[in-house]
Amino acid sequence: MININLPTDEKAIRSLKIGDEVHLNGVIVTARDAAHKYMVTEMPDDLKPLLKGTVIYHCGPIVRKVDEKWEMVVAGPTTSIREEPYEADVIKMYGVRGIIGKGGMGRKTLHACEDYGAVYFHATGGAAAKLAESMIEVLDVKKLEFGTPEAFWVIRVRDFPCIVTMDSHGGSLHEKIDAESKKVLEKLVK
Amino acid sequence: MKYSKLEENLVELIRFTSTVLPPDVENAMKTAWRRELKGSPAKGAFKTILESVDISNLCSLPVCQDTGALVWYIHYPDGSELIPVEKAIKSAIRKATDESYLRPNSVDPVTGENPGNNLGNGSPTIHFIPWKKKSWEFNLLLKGGGSENVGAQYRLPDVALNAGRDLDGVYKCVLDAVYQAQGQGCAPGIICVCIGGSRDSGMAGAKLQALRKLDDTNPDTVLDKFEKKLFRDLNKLGIGPMGFGGKTTVLGVKVGKQHRLPASYFVSIAYVCWAMRRATMTLSGDRVKYSN
Repeated sequence: MININLPTDEKAIRSLKIGDEVHLNGVIVTARDAAHKYMVTEMPDDLKPLLKGTVIYHCGPIVRKVDEKWEMVVAGPTTSIREEPYEADVIKMYGVRGIIGKGGMGRKTLHACEDYGAVYFHATGGAAAKLAESMIEVLDVKKLEFGTPEAFWVIRVRDFPCIVTMDSHGGSLHEKIDAESKKVLEKLVK
Repeated sequence: MKYSKLEENLVELIRFTSTVLPPDVENAMKTAWRRELKGSPAKGAFKTILESVDISNLCSLPVCQDTGALVWYIHYPDGSELIPVEKAIKSAIRKATDESYLRPNSVDPVTGENPGNNLGNGSPTIHFIPWKKKSWEFNLLLKGGGSENVGAQYRLPDVALNAGRDLDGVYKCVLDAVYQAQGQGCAPGIICVCIGGSRDSGMAGAKLQALRKLDDTNPDTVLDKFEKKLFRDLNKLGIGPMGFGGKTTVLGVKVGKQHRLPASYFVSIAYVCWAMRRATMTLSGDRVKYSN
């Protein structure tokens, strides 16, 4: 198990390879569909210091307010490929060092990971209760008017478990599995 | 039926559906976990999932943060009043959302507004089905959005797939859909298929298959054999849990059929993620029973 403290730097991220099991520690920020469109089209200044060197989590959590303080009820990853049109620009513009999500992403994001030094961390889809246990504090929320699933949630995590499935050297577990399953498919439908 | 307690019972049905994975699905996940190689990403994914399912059950937390679309299939005694039932469902949904058993999941596609209570145009979907019994049966399916996105509908013949209007053509469609989905729909999935029907009835028919238990037998022997063949071959694809690679790509395959028009031959496929959330509440007299 490799430990990554956030915010992190290019050197630590470049050392990661696909298949590495990682624990993330520090501050992460959730962002999904509305948030990605907003980051790329509106380019808000207040997000830049928050995102530099950290990771974005593709997640629309269930949250609740207890004594005026937000807490994560359950919060697993959402499907990442929907952010494919935006993610390369987000990596470039905001200097994020990684994306947490599920299902992997495409070529454009993979190239951005290579060019700017970022990786894709795969979290287990649907393991929402277990993943929420590693989210120890909600520090802030931005753009709550997008609705609770779509807002930016700033969260402190401890030992958030994930696995590197796209690295900063052009490696993608998703491309590999796609190619292998395609070969089997072609044989079956022949 | 006493409508006064119905809302309370329905909140409990929603809580139960959202927080407890049905035992047939959990058993299939355990079998899949045992089959994977020690130290592989697939084995790790199954372990994390099973631990998370336990926490959800113990702490009454939703199995997945995407509590999906609420689809109701309600069998009612012929001649019953249904408007109060619909009202009770809506207020139970509002309450279950307030209690965090459901995520506020209904979004206006034009304004982007989320009313925060899971209600809106077409939300929830309620199918009322009369029957001759005196009891009521409420079946609830919470269908997640990630898996909904990888569902598909094919129109046969399909030149690109070399798929004609027969079971061999249907076979090619199902294989293609599961290959295209890779890990995006939270594999291993439960593949629900409807052969025939129209564009809308076919999709509804595919989703209806999700109410079947994984270990049941299709009463149609031809389709039963077809399901088994698909199950065996889909698991040869090697996509595995989350698309990490592995021996289990699907947990089950369920196929139904509907009569079609001579001109149309649709194959509708609903992909249900491993986090299949379905449960049933039966009301007979004063007795309430929940099962999944």
